[in-house]
Amino acid sequence: MTGALGIEAVAMTKRFGDFVALDDVTIRVRPGSFHALLGENGAGKSTLVKCIMGYYRPEEGQVIVGDREREIANPRQAHGLGIGMVYQHFTLVPNMTVAENLVLAQPDLPAVIDWRKERPRLEAFLAQMPFKVPLDRVASSLAAGEKQKVEILKQLYLDRRFLILDEPTSVLTPAEADEVLGLLQRMTRAGRLTILMITHKFREVMAFADEVSVLRRGKLVGGGLVTELDTDRMAAMMVGEAALPQPKSRNEQPAGAVRLRIDSISALDDGGQPAVRGLSLEVRAGEILGIAGVSGNGQRELVEVLAGQRPATGGKILVDGQPFHARRDQIRRHRIALLPEEPLRNACAPNLTVAENMGLRRFDIAPYARGPWLKPSAFREAATGLISRYRVKTPSPLAPIKALSGGNIQRAVLARELGEPPSLLIVANPVFGLDFQAVAEIHNQIIEARNLGAAVLLISEDLDELFELADRIAVMFAGRIVHETAVAGTRPTEIGRHMAGHGEDAHEAA
Amino acid sequence: MSNAAEALGWWGVPLAVIGGAIRVSTPFLFVSLGECLTERAGRINLGLEGTLIMGAMSGYATALHTGSPWAGVLVAGLAGLLFGLLHGAICSLPRVNDIAVGIGLMLLGTGLAFFLGKPYIQPKAPGLPAIDLGWWSSLPQVQAALKINVLFVIGVICAPVMLWWLKNARLGLVVRTVGDSADAARALGFPVIATRIWATAAGGFLAGVGGAFLSLYYPGSWSEGLSSGQGITAVALVIFARWNPMGCFYASLLFGGAGALGPALQSVGVTQGYYLFNALPYALTLAVMIIACSPRRTLAGAPGELGVTN
Repeated sequence: MTGALGIEAVAMTKRFGDFVALDDVTIRVRPGSFHALLGENGAGKSTLVKCIMGYYRPEEGQVIVGDREREIANPRQAHGLGIGMVYQHFTLVPNMTVAENLVLAQPDLPAVIDWRKERPRLEAFLAQMPFKVPLDRVASSLAAGEKQKVEILKQLYLDRRFLILDEPTSVLTPAEADEVLGLLQRMTRAGRLTILMITHKFREVMAFADEVSVLRRGKLVGGGLVTELDTDRMAAMMVGEAALPQPKSRNEQPAGAVRLRIDSISALDDGGQPAVRGLSLEVRAGEILGIAGVSGNGQRELVEVLAGQRPATGGKILVDGQPFHARRDQIRRHRIALLPEEPLRNACAPNLTVAENMGLRRFDIAPYARGPWLKPSAFREAATGLISRYRVKTPSPLAPIKALSGGNIQRAVLARELGEPPSLLIVANPVFGLDFQAVAEIHNQIIEARNLGAAVLLISEDLDELFELADRIAVMFAGRIVHETAVAGTRPTEIGRHMAGHGEDAHEAA
Repeated sequence: MSNAAEALGWWGVPLAVIGGAIRVSTPFLFVSLGECLTERAGRINLGLEGTLIMGAMSGYATALHTGSPWAGVLVAGLAGLLFGLLHGAICSLPRVNDIAVGIGLMLLGTGLAFFLGKPYIQPKAPGLPAIDLGWWSSLPQVQAALKINVLFVIGVICAPVMLWWLKNARLGLVVRTVGDSADAARALGFPVIATRIWATAAGGFLAGVGGAFLSLYYPGSWSEGLSSGQGITAVALVIFARWNPMGCFYASLLFGGAGALGPALQSVGVTQGYYLFNALPYALTLAVMIIACSPRRTLAGAPGELGVTN
């Protein structure tokens, strides 16, 4: 490695049709610095780095690499200059081994690969790296943290001198995130690497970054040395003047009767491997039980079992003491509401209208139906009410729901599920990818359901969210609950340790 | 054959199955290797049935006109390549489903071959040569069973070469990347669409060569009933083989042997259930599909980009 590279993006403007995604943005990333790019979804962070990487061609502005202005027309040219990027989603080839993935990324891959030469090179490279990865494991069998390490190693193996990271820690436990970011920070301190990291986590900015630039709606709205800023100032820059809804206060109330009892439930994942392994838990009326865990520890399969999307291979589910099989009549009788992750995929019929999607829970009973006939007017009326109550931004109740933005689909499903006060609410990663405004609103809805006496099961990969909302937290690891505690008096690091499976059986994670 | 079979008795059955496996498996082998390559790049080409028949017709016609069966094999491959290119190019348009295109091309290939092939049903074209590995035996059955066509030998060499190529060649790794995760391929700067088009075209070439075997060696003439669904069966075979070229080879032998069981039993005088035994390859195909398509899990080894939903 020949030392860190500095980059300036000067007066960058990028338009998509009429929409200005980047508006005259200038940022300077000094060689050897750890620079954070902060902003909400849609603020233009990804657009900016994609312009630097050559995925997009900006309408105006230029990129200065080192001290020379460069035309970067495609990612290959960026790679040639020593600029690399680690994406938010993994770009490892799932069915290839780690060794194949590392070798594959080389720009001058020979026509025939001599593995007897490549292996020792890889091993020599790994020997001088701060973290280890198993070379012969297939990428799809690695845990998220390991995959992220391979992604970063891949970039380092290619001798990158400027590394862009797009929300690199979203799939890691706090401990893993600290380990990975700490290592990168040390490499910047040693002058080997410059880092530009997209993030929305203040904690990571404060702990690891030297400098920060804040984007809002395509404009650079602030920045500077991290030592001269604090979290509140940065949050104010990110959000701007828009007032967030006041957080709902939680009623102090004793937990009531057990509403949901899961008794040693098991389920398989898509590959036929055990994903949920004899998991048991109880949720009482008037409390929020948060399930923490790194993604891929069976949370998705658990929610799918509760939603009736996946058969359980063992155990039972009791709602109000009665067996529950996610049948329509049971869901209606027990007043169960469900907000799964990726609601467009898991809770909507994408091509049906907003009004029809909002009526899906009750479409076959009065007032939506009379005998075998549906009444479209009833759908429209009910939807119009819900749309204004939950502030769903839609061109009309008759627009197909897939035309809505992610936040509005989330609101529409929430409106359907909470339109009638539920007695049991199951929520999975409800604010993934949403902006502050939508996050605050949805969190308030969840708290309100709890205050009204609903039992709430909240599955989330975001520890901050769990600490904000939950009364109790249970940690899910390798398909089981491995730890359970009240939120009051618990520190996130304790939860994080259990999320990593204590370390000794961490490799068991699917 | 029946006289000799009587002399050998029941021993004739396994011998005929082995001989049949080698003979009948060759088109399976080529089509499944071609489909394996295409699917490893993330596309499904159901049109290989049509490609196979097109290859058989064009190969036969070329051999007849030039007098050289090898020219026929080459032309059959080129016809397959064209069909593969067509499939690859159409599927690269936005919102086009490769299954639907495949079915369309299957019908097009069959229809076109029947239309263009009408004049070639009667004349006799020169066939492909075979290697006599049974010279040491005085038994005509052994000689017949071990009469091995050169194309079979080429196919047998192709399978391990393709396996090695997928692991060690740059292009092989590119094909696997594109087939496994288009996002990863784009991030690495690999051309996803171009790779899929040429992988489909190369797959078509192999399937066309498989077709030439049908018309130029076994059964060795051109007729409309030449292929009895070998192309489609071979697509199923690839799943059975877990997208592994060597697996394709073993699966082709198995299906070829199953196809030869009916005639072999008939030759020793077992006439009961003749049609049932002839249906064995199809029953095997169904069984493979049922085993492969469990709703509870996805298939291990399946290229990640293969899907019927995109």
